[in-house]
Amino acid sequence: MAMLGVDPWRPRPVRIARVRRETQDVFTWELDAPRFTYEPGQFNMLYLFGVGEVAISISGDPERERLEHTIRAVGSVTRAMASLARGDTVGVRGPYGSAWPVHEAEGGDLLLVAGGVGLPPLRPVVHQVLRHRERFGRVFLLYGARSPGDLVYRRELEQWQKREPGLPRCTVDHAGAGWRGRVGVVPALVDEVSFDPARTVAMICGPEVMMRFTVRALLARGVASERIHLSMERNMKCAIGLCGHCQYVPYFVCRDGPVLRFDRVAGLFDRREI
Amino acid sequence: MEDLHRLLEDHDFLKGLSAEQTRVLVACVENRRYRRGEFLLREGQAADVFYLLRVGRVALEIDVPGRGPVQMESLGPNDAVGISSLVPPHREHLDARVVEPVVALAFDGACLRGKMQADPALGYALTARMLAEAYKRLERVRLQRLDVYAGA
Amino acid sequence: MTDDRAVLTREGLADLLRTLRGDGFRLIGPKVRGGAIVYDAIDGIDDLPAGWTEEQEAGRYRLERRADAALFGFAVGPESFKRTFFAPTVRLFRARRRDGSFVVLDRAEAAPRLALVGARSCDLHAIAVQDRILRDGPYPDPSYTSRRAGTFVLAVQCGKAGGTCFCVSMQTGPRAESGFDLALTELLDETGHRFVVEIGSDAGAAVLARVPHGPAAGADVEAADRVVRRTAEHMGRTLDTNGIKELFYRNLDHPRWDDVADRCLACTNCTLVCPTCFCSSVSDATDLDGEHTERVQRWDSCFTLDHSYVHGGSVRSSIRSRYRQWLTHKLASWIDQFGTSGCIGCGRCITWCPVGIDITEETAAIRASDGA
Repeated sequence: MAMLGVDPWRPRPVRIARVRRETQDVFTWELDAPRFTYEPGQFNMLYLFGVGEVAISISGDPERERLEHTIRAVGSVTRAMASLARGDTVGVRGPYGSAWPVHEAEGGDLLLVAGGVGLPPLRPVVHQVLRHRERFGRVFLLYGARSPGDLVYRRELEQWQKREPGLPRCTVDHAGAGWRGRVGVVPALVDEVSFDPARTVAMICGPEVMMRFTVRALLARGVASERIHLSMERNMKCAIGLCGHCQYVPYFVCRDGPVLRFDRVAGLFDRREI
Repeated sequence: MEDLHRLLEDHDFLKGLSAEQTRVLVACVENRRYRRGEFLLREGQAADVFYLLRVGRVALEIDVPGRGPVQMESLGPNDAVGISSLVPPHREHLDARVVEPVVALAFDGACLRGKMQADPALGYALTARMLAEAYKRLERVRLQRLDVYAGA
Repeated sequence: MTDDRAVLTREGLADLLRTLRGDGFRLIGPKVRGGAIVYDAIDGIDDLPAGWTEEQEAGRYRLERRADAALFGFAVGPESFKRTFFAPTVRLFRARRRDGSFVVLDRAEAAPRLALVGARSCDLHAIAVQDRILRDGPYPDPSYTSRRAGTFVLAVQCGKAGGTCFCVSMQTGPRAESGFDLALTELLDETGHRFVVEIGSDAGAAVLARVPHGPAAGADVEAADRVVRRTAEHMGRTLDTNGIKELFYRNLDHPRWDDVADRCLACTNCTLVCPTCFCSSVSDATDLDGEHTERVQRWDSCFTLDHSYVHGGSVRSSIRSRYRQWLTHKLASWIDQFGTSGCIGCGRCITWCPVGIDITEETAAIRASDGA
């Protein structure tokens, strides 16, 4: 809830403690923000002095309060951000938005499905699952990207897989001869894993088309639409429900989302230009 | 010596065929193993083997001059490889290279085609499964073509 | 309080306005400017549009002279009090570089206290609608909140329905029942030019006590009630709001959207004149040496192509989808979001649409072939 007198538009200057290059156009910032708490699925508005602000999911480990953001250099603000280094300062507003319902998945199977830079928003969930593994049944992370060079967190993926074989199963849209993993689309991976649809919670994040096909594959397997959760993306200028840009018919993606339960958006998801 | 009939009955692709029907197919099939790097199919060659994968992973590849071999899709356990052996002109249009060691049921194409013609019910049952498989792949290929992860 | 009505003469009203100014209020009231009656800073009673009225229809607005000298003998003009509280541009913050980092400078927002003169019931409902979004939510907007603080409201009960008004359908008028400190009903006849006054708050009572006034005669109270009843009977439009939210939700693919898309220019006039539209955008500007920057918020409209831009393109690229978004939001999704309709029935969007698109007509068309 709001504190009286706090200006919700005002960014807080925070230093970049570390920069990691993930792929050709994706990088990760570790920000120096001790005691910054958040829940998996939430995002911050990151402000670059004089340039602008973008909404970026928080991709660190919430229980260790590590504030990390994995950013793809794809627009004017994020391209400018790609040239920042350790010691530089950015503005932070947040955290905002709804969280992945990790508690709901406890006691059952958990299926995480990520496409491209849809993995960063799910990474906090993976951290929680690995930390409290006994609370879950079977767990899978199905992760796909354009090509092997576009997979993020490569080293970490290998570490996760040592602890948990289904975390992740990767695929790429296309690859050269050197790639020994799967080639194909992420939704096709759904049919390769064995889970109990009646006790499975699915969390999906990636391009909307990929999410649509994945949802279809899950519904075909018998997962109920109330147990499927998506992370939606819309234009955001304020993140505080005031600017009107992120509306998805009745939902403000900054406030009711970005994590939305599929049965609540089923009537909108297949519609054009909505 | 493995019980080929049992292997056929256990394979997902043939689920729903009667015991009689799978018995007929035994005459056409061998259980084969392939090492990493071997090819099940080669582009341009006559397509006369139809595979049902049991174990391992196969990459469907096309060699592009200047780019080298490009992997289009992976196939794994329960997938069919070599549908072109049942579709004229029976020529392979891509390579199928073993990425993870493979164990597969390999059907002689001519034998299989003969059995399908001799028994229309069996022919229909197998054709229906091929169609479903081809349709599923078509959907995947279309999604791949959208290049959903492409940058702006 | 309801039947403690008083009466003010024209001179008494002039005194009332002078008293408010003397108390430090900046008066915002109607005046003629640019061929329309707009809300602007006024000095006193002489700035009011005495003897003016307007003729309004879809896509049409003309000022006209009245036969009398009524001060409030008109309906609503292109502006509402939206621009008073939700300013078209707001500087959100200034920042400057320092020691390899940057510092955000404190926002100085010393807004004068405002007195709204001649606010209509529909516009008071609009203010309440915007309060819910911009002030009373989990993240109160500081600029809006400070401008709204301590506002004095001198409302006017409408004596004339506008050509496109439908406040009766939206249950937002013509009688203002609350949300004011004082409410006036103008009477101008053989008895004289006077105002029946309703007191709406202690602050209103206190100000009234300081200007010459008298108790309202029974006949005047009845006349005032008749004025408002007559206004209610002459609404320019009606809108059936029964089940309107579900109506829009189940007709997202109705062919009427294609029909209106053929006419709509996406000019954004409707969103500019609408008293409840609240979309805004932000921009950043830096000085030449890159040491100082400021972030400015300004009004935006869902009719612009950019409004729904995500990486790769705009989600709503067709005018069809943008019109559907605006109207569905205004009449349907707003209810789910904020508990009330977004529309207060003022008719401004109808009047100021250059091609005369009428939301009551569009809604009726969808309702008539519901499910098409």
